[in-house]
Amino acid sequence: MTEERLTRRLVVRLCLVVVAMFGFGFALVPIYDVMCQAFGINGKTAGVYEGQQAVDEQRQVRVQFLATNAADMVWEFGPQADEVVVHPGDSTQMLFVAYNPTDKPMTAQAIPSVAPSKAAAYFHKTECFCFTQQVLQPGERIEMPVRFIIDRDLPADVRHLTLAYTLFDVTARKPPVAQATLTRAAP
Amino acid sequence: MSAVIDPGHAGHGHAGHDHHHGPAKGLMRWVLTTNHKDIGTMYLWFSFAMFLLGGSMAMVIRAELFQPGLQIVQPEFFNQMTTMHGLIMVFGAVMPAFVGLANWMIPLMIGAPDMALPRMNNFSFWLLPAAFSMLVSTLFMEGGGPNFGWTFYAPLSTTYAPESVTFFIFAIHLMGFSSIMGAINVIATILNLRAPGMTLMKMPLFVWTWLITAFLLIAVMPVLAGVVTMMLMDIHFGTSFFSAAGGGDPVLFQHVFWFFGHPEVYIMILPAFGAVSAIIPAFARKPLFGYTSMVYATASIAFLSFIVWAHHMFTVGIPLTGELFFMYATLLIAVPTGVKVFNWASTMWRGSMTFETPMLFAVAFVILFTIGGFSGLMLAIAPADFQYHDTYFVVAHFHYVLVPGAIFGIFASAYYWLPKWTGHMYDETLGKLHFWMSFIGMNMAFFPMHFVGLAGMPRRIPDYNMMFANFNMVSSIGAFMFGATQLLFLFIVIKCIRGGKAAPAKPWDGAEGLEWTIPSPAPYHTFQTPPDMSGEHEHRKGLAHD
Repeated sequence: MTEERLTRRLVVRLCLVVVAMFGFGFALVPIYDVMCQAFGINGKTAGVYEGQQAVDEQRQVRVQFLATNAADMVWEFGPQADEVVVHPGDSTQMLFVAYNPTDKPMTAQAIPSVAPSKAAAYFHKTECFCFTQQVLQPGERIEMPVRFIIDRDLPADVRHLTLAYTLFDVTARKPPVAQATLTRAAP
Repeated sequence: MSAVIDPGHAGHGHAGHDHHHGPAKGLMRWVLTTNHKDIGTMYLWFSFAMFLLGGSMAMVIRAELFQPGLQIVQPEFFNQMTTMHGLIMVFGAVMPAFVGLANWMIPLMIGAPDMALPRMNNFSFWLLPAAFSMLVSTLFMEGGGPNFGWTFYAPLSTTYAPESVTFFIFAIHLMGFSSIMGAINVIATILNLRAPGMTLMKMPLFVWTWLITAFLLIAVMPVLAGVVTMMLMDIHFGTSFFSAAGGGDPVLFQHVFWFFGHPEVYIMILPAFGAVSAIIPAFARKPLFGYTSMVYATASIAFLSFIVWAHHMFTVGIPLTGELFFMYATLLIAVPTGVKVFNWASTMWRGSMTFETPMLFAVAFVILFTIGGFSGLMLAIAPADFQYHDTYFVVAHFHYVLVPGAIFGIFASAYYWLPKWTGHMYDETLGKLHFWMSFIGMNMAFFPMHFVGLAGMPRRIPDYNMMFANFNMVSSIGAFMFGATQLLFLFIVIKCIRGGKAAPAKPWDGAEGLEWTIPSPAPYHTFQTPPDMSGEHEHRKGLAHD
């Protein structure tokens, strides 16, 4: 009967739409990351920057540093200076200190964020402890460097920006997720 | 799927022609039925049960908010009440009520013997009691039920969720399956089972709005299923979709959720638009003004609903261009919505109007939904939204579009078609009493929320500043009145089923459509020989010579 065939064909097509939209929901995850990177929105910074820029001596930008512990994170964590003044194009290093006060080895992951978010695309990290996870033995203290260049094309109205790190305890999820995190954080 | 469209089965309706066999007897009739009218009835009763359950949760909320301070419930339980009230009303009351109306009326309106996929229809209904038993059972579990708001933002619903969240996730999966199957069934019925000569532009608007709603459902319910699946994986399988520690992002949750969530609000209102577009012409005794523009307006609203989701997220820190885009796209929805409101008003213009209960609910729908639309425009203005965000102004807004919008649309439909369903006229006096009590109660409950919201009262908090006390007391009294009145509705419906003045085939003089050509109550099997519609004018032609 042709009506049966029509219905069957329609149902198959509609089911394909359903499956495709289920997939689209998951596709939104990489699309979101790509959009944030492409437009430099959401304060997300990119991976390792390998370019070099001429230093713009005429201009100064204040860079503030913030360090926050995520819930349940017990490490002592902070920058060595609250802020620095840099010239766009110049490469600057800042050290962050982390100390594990517990009696267990722990693994941590730092997630960076830049405010104002429109400046994120102009904040280049050439080296960062956030690219890898940090393992600290009981009572161990380390200095972790971040080396960055402020892009010369930073919009003129941005005179001051903030680099914030949130430190997460990832000890529990270390083995399986470690690889995935690494590849996602530093593409 | 193949079992569902088993050819032997769809032929069932035809096998029984000539001798009108009635329904089977006893409980198994309802468990095994594939009859669209039985399934429609079950959907409607289920939805009413959920309406009372979700409503009693609203009563708990309003009782706690009757006075400032904590009187009746603990904040933890209050959070569960606001969450469950929202989930049950959205997924348990409003959506199944419209699916019930679709089941009952779409085959009657297009001259089809039944839905295209009757067995799948049975399955999609019976998933719902399972889903909601599971959802409601979480309230009795250790740690309590979902307490993170009906929008279940991560990480509240992942890292900080009660243990029962997994049951919540599976309940959402089941509801999603049910809605998707229901939507596929509606599309297959409308596209394949229309009577000969019933072209798309001759379809009643209720059928049109449901066709568009069904497409919205199959587009966004899978996204909802996807987002809860991501939550499940974050909670149990160590992924980090929404956890910044593992490279994910909680804001991503809000994007995916609202990509589902905004079309969802149109899923809850478009079928009501269709029902009101049937009822107003019937009681104004004039054809619907601007049928074609109604169809295009509905389609435009559905399209726009996909590109406005971030207006729920103006305060998360999206860039200025994003705020502007989503603001203008949202404001644009006012255009097709305005077309519809003006068409309803023009239909009433110089009509010979009478105000039976369905018409009262339909007229109130037009007026009050418009108020809800206007507060929506205020919320759409990105710079102003920073003040309104997460205040009672938002609560007032979406209750104005959902209560006198979706719920009044359902009441209007129920009164309009009850004579067809039961064969009896409902009690008009009690019906009018139900309307006026609902109308007054609902406005008393929700109008003051605009004021306390603008003054800064946050939503989802069990306590509030003393200065909001009077308005909250008025809101609570109105809410109790609205809630209690719904028991009157239950009484009216039962009374109408049990007896009353016999209803003629067409109880309303101005009513049009195939459903009025069959006797009241509608026989168990209808349109086994499809009516020929080729002689009928298309709506727009009907209007031209009016």
